[in-house]
Amino acid sequence: MKPTRAVGVIGYGGYIPRYRIDAAEVDRVWRGSGKKEGRSFKAVPGPDEDTTTIAIQAARNAMDMASIDPEELRAVWFGTESKPYAVKPTSTIVADAIGALPHANAADWEFACKPGTEAMQAAIGMVGSDMARYAMCGGADTAQAKPGDVLEYTTGAGGAAFILGPGQESVAVLQASTSYVTNTTDFFRREGQEYPNHGQRFTGEPAYFHHIRSSVTTLMEEIGAGPGDFTFAVFHQPNSQFPLRVAAELGFARDRVEPFVLTNLVGNTYSGAAMLGFAKALDVASPGDRILLASYGSGAGSDAFSYEVTDKIIEVRKRGVPIERYLKRKKLVDYAMYARYRGKLRRN
Amino acid sequence: MHFARSWRQQSSNLRLVGSRCASCDAIFFPERIRCTGCGSSELKDYRLSGRGTISTVTRVFEAPRGFESQVPYFAALVELEEGPIICAMLTDVDQEDVSVGKKVSMVTRRILAHGDDGPIIYAYKFTPELEG
Ligand SMILES: [Zn+2]
Repeated sequence: MKPTRAVGVIGYGGYIPRYRIDAAEVDRVWRGSGKKEGRSFKAVPGPDEDTTTIAIQAARNAMDMASIDPEELRAVWFGTESKPYAVKPTSTIVADAIGALPHANAADWEFACKPGTEAMQAAIGMVGSDMARYAMCGGADTAQAKPGDVLEYTTGAGGAAFILGPGQESVAVLQASTSYVTNTTDFFRREGQEYPNHGQRFTGEPAYFHHIRSSVTTLMEEIGAGPGDFTFAVFHQPNSQFPLRVAAELGFARDRVEPFVLTNLVGNTYSGAAMLGFAKALDVASPGDRILLASYGSGAGSDAFSYEVTDKIIEVRKRGVPIERYLKRKKLVDYAMYARYRGKLRRN
Repeated sequence: MHFARSWRQQSSNLRLVGSRCASCDAIFFPERIRCTGCGSSELKDYRLSGRGTISTVTRVFEAPRGFESQVPYFAALVELEEGPIICAMLTDVDQEDVSVGKKVSMVTRRILAHGDDGPIIYAYKFTPELEG
């Protein structure tokens, strides 16, 4: 799928909270198996942070880079599965914070870990059809896990935002995008439940791998490209092994993928994961580079995108905040502080 | 009522919208209806950059009601680059990060949540500028 007029990313930004917990610390509390420290961490939102504040900072960083009048945005769309309000959009708060209201569409998107890329496809359609000059999309999460669950080792926090606009203003122009979606119950949370469930035998091969392989293969056929045509490839990253394995299966060289797998540094940021990886790829890309972005959301589906980086990237990204700065800014917390910050200790 | 007050303050809370005097260019935060410099009542909304420096800072151990869960925290007077001085909480900081003259910038955080079923108030705090 591609729009009738050229569309691309005119600005982007990410955000990662400052606090980190070592997976070995989670292990110490619940299993005591003596896991080695220093191998993998996850980002922990501070006591005054949530998905909304993460999305606001990512959106502000994207706006600074794009340097456009916020009133020219016709949509502010964020995807998440950890909304602070069950009813009341996060996107209206984000849109207000960047000054985009009231003449903009604002809505929250939901599809496990891939609502941000769904919103990206819709934003591409909106700009590509000339309904809007600019539209913002993004994904942010503060992923929750049941204390002691295997998910608790990796559920991180972070997000990213992208502003789509006309191709001639873009730092990366879209070639095409595809989606591959099935009705698969691999991971879910019932209404009113605090923590999600993973349907064991449906995760992995029939879920993540099948859907990403399908969306990416279809995309490459559609634009007549092969894995060798992409400088970088960014995949959804629930852990550090899955993206590397799916990349290898699809024929992408490991060194084109690994720098954008942030799971060992910040955990699985759910709706933010593939989008933060894509932002990091744009931070280091050169004009002419082609970047593949492939998300995955349980339930289940994958959206794939091919972007070509333009000359504008060199000047425009200087106005932004490199993801690397957030990766470097970190303060380790122990399980007790993590439990306090995440609201796992109730005082009333 | 809390609800209505926070709704009215939303734009200054989320975007640091203050006022600028049309006749003498003085800038105020929060919004004013009359300029304290020249007395003019021709003031327009003005969005501040959110960048400033710490001019006074203190650590709070005994917090006002509603802020207990954030203790201990730092409260500061921040001098914005446009001139106004604003009283705000600092966030994502340790003792060694805070000193008079330190450059800080505005972020939006959860300031208050009214119980488990009331509205969440988002507003400005300040944090040290990211190191390059
Ligand atoms: Zn005046």
